[in-house]
Amino acid sequence: MKKGLTEIRIGCILTGFIIFLALLSLVYTPYDINQMDTSVRMQAPSLAHLFGTDNMGRDVFSRAITGARFTLMVAICTVAGCTAISSVLGLVSGYVGGIVDEIIMRVIDAINSFPGILIALIIVTVMEHGRYTIIIALCIMFIPSFTRIVRTGTLQYKDAIFVKSNRIFGDSELRLALVHVFPNIFPILLSSVIVGLSNAILAEASMSYLGLGIQPPAPSWGRMLYEAQNIIFTAPWCALAPGLMIVITIVGFNCIGEGVRKRWLT
Amino acid sequence: MRYIIKKIIILILTMLLISLFTFFAFHIIPGDPARLILGTEASEEKVALLRSQLGTDLPLSTQYTRWIGGFVRGNFGNSIRYSMPVSDLMKGRIEVTVLLGLMVIVLVLAIGIPMGVFAAGKKNTIIEQIINFFTMLGISFPGFFLSILFIWIFGLILHLFTPGRYVSYENSWPEFWRFMFFPALAIAVPEIAILTKYVRTAVLDELSEDYVRTAHGKGISFYAILYGHVLKNAIVAIIPLIGMMIGSIFSGSIIVEQVFAIPGIGRLLISSVTGRDFPLTQTLVMYVALVIVVTNFIVDILIQVIDPRIRLQGK
Repeated sequence: MKKGLTEIRIGCILTGFIIFLALLSLVYTPYDINQMDTSVRMQAPSLAHLFGTDNMGRDVFSRAITGARFTLMVAICTVAGCTAISSVLGLVSGYVGGIVDEIIMRVIDAINSFPGILIALIIVTVMEHGRYTIIIALCIMFIPSFTRIVRTGTLQYKDAIFVKSNRIFGDSELRLALVHVFPNIFPILLSSVIVGLSNAILAEASMSYLGLGIQPPAPSWGRMLYEAQNIIFTAPWCALAPGLMIVITIVGFNCIGEGVRKRWLT
Repeated sequence: MRYIIKKIIILILTMLLISLFTFFAFHIIPGDPARLILGTEASEEKVALLRSQLGTDLPLSTQYTRWIGGFVRGNFGNSIRYSMPVSDLMKGRIEVTVLLGLMVIVLVLAIGIPMGVFAAGKKNTIIEQIINFFTMLGISFPGFFLSILFIWIFGLILHLFTPGRYVSYENSWPEFWRFMFFPALAIAVPEIAILTKYVRTAVLDELSEDYVRTAHGKGISFYAILYGHVLKNAIVAIIPLIGMMIGSIFSGSIIVEQVFAIPGIGRLLISSVTGRDFPLTQTLVMYVALVIVVTNFIVDILIQVIDPRIRLQGK
């Protein structure tokens, strides 16, 4: 049996399910996400309200799937931005070497010595709270590890025989770096992108829980959990719905990441 | 010795970069921090007063040297929101966070290492699959969701502690530990999962070494080899991981303190961020980064004292 395939399959099913719900929320939600109806406050899950209602009578299912969209959007933007920036930094650092490498790596090390959340906290303190700030904050938080990965990959391939032979044939250094070195880093970059997605979702949810991420009334999983905390005894479904959706998404991405690692990197 | 000197130079350089990064993050904000804190409706006099209190009317280089000079001497400046010295605010809260962190480390080591060794002994069995499943689940639970679940299950349903009613250790140590156990566990769960995986790999790597086969050949029992030799070497391999964990334990504690309403450094930090209390945030960030960098430095030195292989690698 091919290694890692089971993990990738399970992961794709789990994340596919969440992505489907997130996309569904674009065209259809059973109820308006901000519609309050005091006659149906804190109702247990039923056919009318799949995941029940919260203390303001809002439909938890509608909010949870819309929250999925917001959270996934933040995670995808974060990882995309961070991969782009880190690829440039890592390639330059590894390929040019010398003093440039030393400077980039020292700065990366310094940022890395902070726990990620502190960087995110600094950035949300000095900027307006909101969706774009959280993307920038998380992006900076993830740049060090991504840059390191790209740099290590670059170092591994920059003196490979096929790169040397193409240099003899007269390829420019830029072309060598982009066309011959960079594509070889894709497999390892792919597995970090997937793990990065799950880390970004965790970080976004944490920041939103603290009230520093996506701002209400837009629903996000983290914020829903915060609001559900005080009514956990009477209406546990308000916390369980967004919480379990976070867990499912992250397990899904981690499974894919694990599978990719087993299949291509060992 | 040369290794230590090199490490110290890197340590100082890192601290310098961190201080520059922290400082400039708070000073590249477009607009006036005093205006940002007071809002657009505040009078011009009030803003000017706060500006001189913050020292933001001085040139940047003076501000930086003044801040860093004060920091080194233990003068952390004043919080705007609480209008009292930052050091007074930190007093009493540091102990809480440190005690919480220590409890997390104890839990992580006490559960993670035995589980990892156990998992290594069960290679290619159904038990390995089960352990894999739980470690995967462990790293996938966000700390705050786990905390909320703990409050619900252990606090509200089983009544093992009273949620929201923090007991200071000054009043009662047993009650303090009883309250802190679940927050510590919530922080520890993902770390335990990571450590279990790591110990398992380290033990399996070590078991494939030649000396293990030799010991087998001499007729020493499997468990004697495991506990007498393999575990000792495997533990050396996990010390760097413990250094790295300090950072993530603190990150976890920021959030978990918030959920359980524990008056520690993490909670102070969050309230300073939401209240836009720049001097307080700046100092707390710097302080925490310092503690983490120094801890990692000590861990680095410790490893090379324990394991001569690393010391010799540099030569």
